Amino acid sequence: MSTAPAPALGRPITEPGQPRPKRANARRRGLRTLGWALLFLLPSAIPLTAFTLVPMISSAWVSLHDWNLISPMEWVGLENYRELLADPRTRDVFANTATYILGYLPLVYIGGLGLALALNRAMAGIAFLRGAYFLPVVTSWVVVALVWQWLLSPSNGLVNTVLGAIGLPEPGWWTDPAWAMPSIILASVWKDLGFVMVILLAGLQALPQEVLEAARVDGAGAWRRFWHITLPLLSPSTFFVVVISLINGFQVFDQVNVMTGGGPAGASQVVVGQIYDLTFRYGRAGDASALSWLLFALVLVITAIQIRGQRRWVTYA
Amino acid sequence: MTQHRRRAARLLAMSAVVALAATACSQGSASNDDPTEAEGSGDAQTTITYMNFSSNGGNEENLALVVDAFEADNPGITVDVETFPYDDYFTVLQTAVAGGTEADVFELNYENFVTYALNGSLAPLEGVDEAAYKPSLLEAFQVDGTQFGLPESFSNVVLFYNADLFEAAGVEPPTADWTWADERAAAEALTDTAAGTWGDYQPISFHEFYKVLAQNGGEFLSEDRTEATFASPEGIEAAEWLVEKSGTVMPTTADGAGTPDFDTNLFTSGQLAMWHTGIWMFGPLADVDFAWDIAVEPGNTENASAMFSNTAVVSARSANTEAAQAWAEYLTSSEAMVQMRLDTGWELPPVADESLLAPYLEQTPPANRQAVFDSLDAIVLPPAIESQTEMQDIVTEELTEAAAGRKTVEEALTSAQERVTALL
Repeated sequence: MSTAPAPALGRPITEPGQPRPKRANARRRGLRTLGWALLFLLPSAIPLTAFTLVPMISSAWVSLHDWNLISPMEWVGLENYRELLADPRTRDVFANTATYILGYLPLVYIGGLGLALALNRAMAGIAFLRGAYFLPVVTSWVVVALVWQWLLSPSNGLVNTVLGAIGLPEPGWWTDPAWAMPSIILASVWKDLGFVMVILLAGLQALPQEVLEAARVDGAGAWRRFWHITLPLLSPSTFFVVVISLINGFQVFDQVNVMTGGGPAGASQVVVGQIYDLTFRYGRAGDASALSWLLFALVLVITAIQIRGQRRWVTYA
Repeated sequence: MTQHRRRAARLLAMSAVVALAATACSQGSASNDDPTEAEGSGDAQTTITYMNFSSNGGNEENLALVVDAFEADNPGITVDVETFPYDDYFTVLQTAVAGGTEADVFELNYENFVTYALNGSLAPLEGVDEAAYKPSLLEAFQVDGTQFGLPESFSNVVLFYNADLFEAAGVEPPTADWTWADERAAAEALTDTAAGTWGDYQPISFHEFYKVLAQNGGEFLSEDRTEATFASPEGIEAAEWLVEKSGTVMPTTADGAGTPDFDTNLFTSGQLAMWHTGIWMFGPLADVDFAWDIAVEPGNTENASAMFSNTAVVSARSANTEAAQAWAEYLTSSEAMVQMRLDTGWELPPVADESLLAPYLEQTPPANRQAVFDSLDAIVLPPAIESQTEMQDIVTEELTEAAAGRKTVEEALTSAQERVTALL
């Protein structure tokens, strides 16, 4: 990388119409810009390469082998992929992950939107309220999951104690296969509400006030203004929330690992949980890497579909 | 002037970025360096690391006694102890070995020893004083005549009971002649759910199942080890024996059974009459405020008790093999270790000279320590296969399904048998 050129003391003066030196200048300036760009990218490019790109490429290599982490790898070609696709367990973990996303996404979006609308105003203590709702987002998942495991404890948890006191049935929560996933969804929605709220709140505050004002002048009621003006204008934020939450949903792991460990009897086991178990419990790193690539391919396809689909419903004001 | 200053600022920023990048890169290679190098060049102090699970949950201070004695006898060597719970230990170890960051000396159990010895992770141990060890235990940790591990201790599982609860209910305490039927009758008599008192606690897991299977005359694997055979009539009866306790004389998963320390807390709070657990609990139970004792575990058609033996191994990659082996030998055969184990009741020392064990028998509680040795007359070792953890998880998971009533015992065992056979 060259330093900036010295002021042209003895340099021939060039006329504006002369093309050659100008092009050389432009090229030099372009190179310099590129150099600076690369330099500033370095701090993020290095960890990205070391902790994302290199592991991704190595996992593709590992997925073509049988490897228990401690013995030498054994080449098996595409056998791991074939086995995974034939294994009913693979279907189960993808189905459980889909259940999670279908339960989690609508709840967290509607809840986050409700909070954003409620907190999009000037009132005393608003900063405190916004902070309070955001707090779970920056809290460790292990802590949150342990607290929810305790809240939802079937025998002496707070939730069942309250349900019992008002005469409602007391579910087995994370100890019951039918309730294990709803328990995880509940904890996840609670934790991520604040994140969705912040994104949508930012979106709401950036809405062009004149459009809403015009609608009001035209006599549109609150509901019509929300449904026909606010929501469509909020669609870029909605799009962002949906894409991010969907990708995070496919990668759900921490809360499952702490709250149920994938149980009872695999009822709440998700794709990443299965990848973890295969690698670190069962010493099947090859199968686990193959499963990671299946997950990657699925997320890639779904995200691509969303990005194409956004043209139909996302409005940029 | 300003131009110069700007250039200087750019240079500064650039070198800062480059320096950051350079340190980020060099961190990777630094971890390959010998960790003792820095200290070793200054003085003669050598630090070795020891990773273990067996001291977790109440025996950490007892292990520290041996470490202190070793450091006093071997000035110049420091032992750094890393302790993990059993549930996480083999995950941590596997990852550490894969990454080349395992401790100089680490602990293995019998089921996992062979895997590590065969893949070349362990250093052969030469010049060990073989006469110090009980021969059968020493041989258990050899592969093709080469010693790869030193027996650290051995222990077994017995029936613990709260003598005060038995007396209060007017029930005769357990004896070595008991069978399942006697245990069941006592458990039913002693369970008082209204008072929160339970008659019995036996984990519904692989480690209990292979044992009760043997107590009922069943076989886990076929003789040529090509298929699982535990869904036999004997196996079903044995699994029913475990599973039917849940919710009748024993707390269920929904009550918290199976969560860490649940059973320990239940017993120490005086709310559990009988408890199937290991003799490593003698130390932690020394201070409870009720009378307790032990008995040989009841069998059905025959007696069978579980025995466990852990081993200390030296990593093949250790930079201090000599110091590491010195610690492994000290940990497994020194007088300080024998003394500590006898004083604290933390498992049994693997010594050849059984007369050294006499003081162990004289201590109380429990009064009936002889049951520890009587149990060794009929022992059953866990089936060991290459996919050990997966097999254990399958058996535990299917039994849990049966205990929760979501499958019949027969369905659960048949399914477990198919899945385990697929692993062989």
